[in-house]
Amino acid sequence: MLSKRIIPCLDVKDGKVVKGKNFLGLEYAGDPVELAKKYYLSGADEIVFLDITASIEKRETMLSVVREVSNTIFIPLTVGGGIRTVEDIRNLLNAGADKVALNTTAVTNPGLIKEASQIFGSQCIVVAIDAKRRGESWEVFIRSGKEGTGKDVLLWAKEVQALGAGEILLTSMDRDGTKRGYDLELTRLLSETLSIPIIASGGAGELTDISEVFVKGKADAAIIASILHYGKYQVSEIKGFMRKNNISVRVGK
Amino acid sequence: MIGIIDYGAGNLKSVKNALDFLGAKSKIISTPKEVESVEGIILPGVGSFGFIMENLRSKGLDLAIVGAISKGKPYFGICLGLQILFEKSEESAGVKGLGVFKGEVVKFTKGKVPQVGWNEVNPVQKGLLDNGFAYFVNSYYVVPKKEEIILGRTDNYVNFTSAVEKDNVFAVQFHPEKSGEYGLDILRRWVDVVEKNNSLS
Repeated sequence: MLSKRIIPCLDVKDGKVVKGKNFLGLEYAGDPVELAKKYYLSGADEIVFLDITASIEKRETMLSVVREVSNTIFIPLTVGGGIRTVEDIRNLLNAGADKVALNTTAVTNPGLIKEASQIFGSQCIVVAIDAKRRGESWEVFIRSGKEGTGKDVLLWAKEVQALGAGEILLTSMDRDGTKRGYDLELTRLLSETLSIPIIASGGAGELTDISEVFVKGKADAAIIASILHYGKYQVSEIKGFMRKNNISVRVGK
Repeated sequence: MIGIIDYGAGNLKSVKNALDFLGAKSKIISTPKEVESVEGIILPGVGSFGFIMENLRSKGLDLAIVGAISKGKPYFGICLGLQILFEKSEESAGVKGLGVFKGEVVKFTKGKVPQVGWNEVNPVQKGLLDNGFAYFVNSYYVVPKKEEIILGRTDNYVNFTSAVEKDNVFAVQFHPEKSGEYGLDILRRWVDVVEKNNSLS
């Protein structure tokens, strides 16, 4: 059967990895190429880079990071952040990315999901959704979590699946950077409703948080950031813990 | 020299990157003449069964590939590069595959489709594969008529054929170029096959 995926996520700003807390207060955490290689050798199943560099003129920095990383690690590489056009997607794929993650643009221009999945295939189009709890449901946020859209997360997720998204990267804004555990309810709701894989993000602090997002949250993959970047755990330790708890994960590197 | 066939869709760069990393000489090729001139061919597949076959036919690459295979040139099919070796696919009704092997390509009916992620490959006979985890992205899988060509099997609600090997033809459903050290080992072994074959001829 398919293994559950452990995916380190690197927020990259001007070519450097940073990790924020609740979408604010950026802290420096390292060199993207070095970190990606370290996680690859430790057994990461994929790597996600989110480019949080706002300016277009710095975009070339990200492309060169992607080029270098794809020459040294041989697992899927997803890149998100600031993607607006088919041309942006083509540039990233040509630089060596395997998938791209669309977030704000997916909301402001949903047609791009359809167009890009037709041109490049659904397998390389990931839609990232930043979700904030609103009572019994969740609201979609865009522009790095700064702007509410009034859209319901579940409805939006169904819509992006219908438009051709191949996977959903679901971030709980309430949990991101808090180390209080993933939003299990939100993750399970989407995973059980949709037919495409759900990558859960936001909140991993302890090993049990990760096992719970697979068992109770029914996630297909889990994003890990802070606890890796600051060296609290290695990918290999995380996988060892999953195996001990009878969660199927890939062995080897 | 290994030729990576470009039929106008796939992201060929990751396969090229992996071969470069292994120190194997390769180039992207797109004409029947180039298929003839290289010592081994890799067909990475992204797109649909119908799309690939249409593109290969329009460039005369279908006949060139079948011809190269029948002359004993090592062939490595990846993903759709495995599927098009068969006669037909549920993905593209009415489109004929290369028909190198008897059998068809069918769609998964259970679980999340496509299967995206790492799954275990279990070799059922001796060949270019060991047991290990590989990265898959597929909605369809091959059902060979002849059991003897099956090299590896994988479980995804159904137990399906994830690798085949017969003489100079080797093909896998997963992406060795994205399967970490496990995938690099497979590519390395196949590159050795190409070099050995070349030194004999």
